[in-house]
Amino acid sequence: MSRQTAETVDVEAIREEYPILEREFDGEDLVYLDNAATTQTPEPVVSAMSDYYREQNANVHRGIHHLSQEASVAYEDAHDRLAEFVGASGGREEMVFTKNTTESENLVAYAWGMRELGPGDEVVLTEMEHHASLVTWQQIAKRTGADCRYIRVDDDGRLDMDHAEELIGEDTEMVSAVHVSNTLGTINPVSELADLAHANDSYIFVDGAQAVPNQPVDVEAIDADFYAFSGHKMAGPTGIGCLYGKSHLLEEMEPYLYGGGMIRKVTFEDSTWDEVPWKFEPGTPPIAEAVGIHAAADYLDGIGLERIREHENELVTYAYDRLTEHDDVEIYGPEPGPDRGGLVSFNIDGVHAHDLASIMNDHAVAIRAGDHCTQPLHDELGVAASARASFYLYNTREEVDALLEGIDDARELFA
Amino acid sequence: MGMGSDMYRQQILDHYKNPRNYGELEEPTFSHVGENPMCGDEIRIDVRLDDDERIEQLSFTGDGCAISQASASLLSTELQGATIDELLEMDRDDAVDLLGVEVSPMRIKCAVLAEKVAQDGAEIHRGELDKERTTTEDDEE
Repeated sequence: MSRQTAETVDVEAIREEYPILEREFDGEDLVYLDNAATTQTPEPVVSAMSDYYREQNANVHRGIHHLSQEASVAYEDAHDRLAEFVGASGGREEMVFTKNTTESENLVAYAWGMRELGPGDEVVLTEMEHHASLVTWQQIAKRTGADCRYIRVDDDGRLDMDHAEELIGEDTEMVSAVHVSNTLGTINPVSELADLAHANDSYIFVDGAQAVPNQPVDVEAIDADFYAFSGHKMAGPTGIGCLYGKSHLLEEMEPYLYGGGMIRKVTFEDSTWDEVPWKFEPGTPPIAEAVGIHAAADYLDGIGLERIREHENELVTYAYDRLTEHDDVEIYGPEPGPDRGGLVSFNIDGVHAHDLASIMNDHAVAIRAGDHCTQPLHDELGVAASARASFYLYNTREEVDALLEGIDDARELFA
Repeated sequence: MGMGSDMYRQQILDHYKNPRNYGELEEPTFSHVGENPMCGDEIRIDVRLDDDERIEQLSFTGDGCAISQASASLLSTELQGATIDELLEMDRDDAVDLLGVEVSPMRIKCAVLAEKVAQDGAEIHRGELDKERTTTEDDEE
């Protein structure tokens, strides 16, 4: 790799921890720009998980034996670490492990929504919600007789906060908003939305899947009631997600999944529940993945989320400026700056996004093409699909250049 | 980075940019529409049969990626004069063969969309199938 212009992170050293980035396809170096879908996993995370399997593997919360005790401690400690990672002072009592952000959404929608929502109640979402939140609340609303309302996205790809003020009112029971849009890249003012929700005696759920990996997040500063994110988008493993919840809310909520490991006392007639978070984690949980996401939090803090944010900001600014040099490019979302994250979705006139992604793939450049699980937003944008390049701490300016060369190649083919 | 992508040979680009038999027929024997939700591709196919139940004319309209639109154009030229049975005997390999390139697994649905729409349209015409739209997410064979 040649010299980095960004002084923010030592990209060369960072890349050495990701052997996958050395892969080639038909003689071309892999350029991985699909980080909003999943990030690559650095050696410290891989080795933490393999060390766990080599040295500590056992089931948790059951065995009297040494291994089970060690595995239990590692699993429980990971909850405290992830709580700390997002600024939750309550530790494990405010941190539930799930499968992913989507399951975190479902947990709250079922455990809280099915009991609390009814006819006349409203859930306020944004037009830029990921299907994880949109489909979940839409279906829970159908079952409970509640309504979903959507805060408009303006022409610049930002939330219309006047509309938010209009929508969030006395009928609102829950506001569910994406912190950083996986399509527009917009960083939403979730703390303002939290204030609006609380001023109207409602709660706010924040989908932080695209925020936690890329910028410092403090759930208490936001005053989120619930906050969800995934391991595999933050240099951690697949199969584990996180749900932060204010402890009094998690205390009050009934479990959503039942089984072993989440109970205190069981008779043939009835059962009582273990404490938070265990009452939400039935069955054998993702233990190695908990060890992995713990290592990922340590890894990211070791580099510094501020610096990662700055590095991504430099890359997205460069990509944005270069893309807008051409008239045939339509970019979605706000201009680079304090309210745009490290991804850019776009379309090239006359080239379908899937054709563009296929041509990119012929040059080993990995981008996403499709609706990115935001179909209603794409309907609003008036396109069926878009191409998306999303950056992470190991990406370089040269990789952005490879993206631009791929676009030039597509232009020539389709001219 | 040089020109020339394996999946985008001249034939496909030619059929994409200059689609054959593009448009709607005035008096089709049957018409059918379908989509590939993954790419957002849409195809409408109009077929006029002659007295011997042979395809006198097959035309299409649509919107979508180059693979789906070129496939429809190639299919429209291939099927002129064919019988309905010949259409129904086609499988996904035939659709890919028409393109003349290797289609990556993620793009197979784009390549078979037009064929599936034409086949479903023919089966509906024969009264052997009842559906409003075809989608490539249905019944993968």
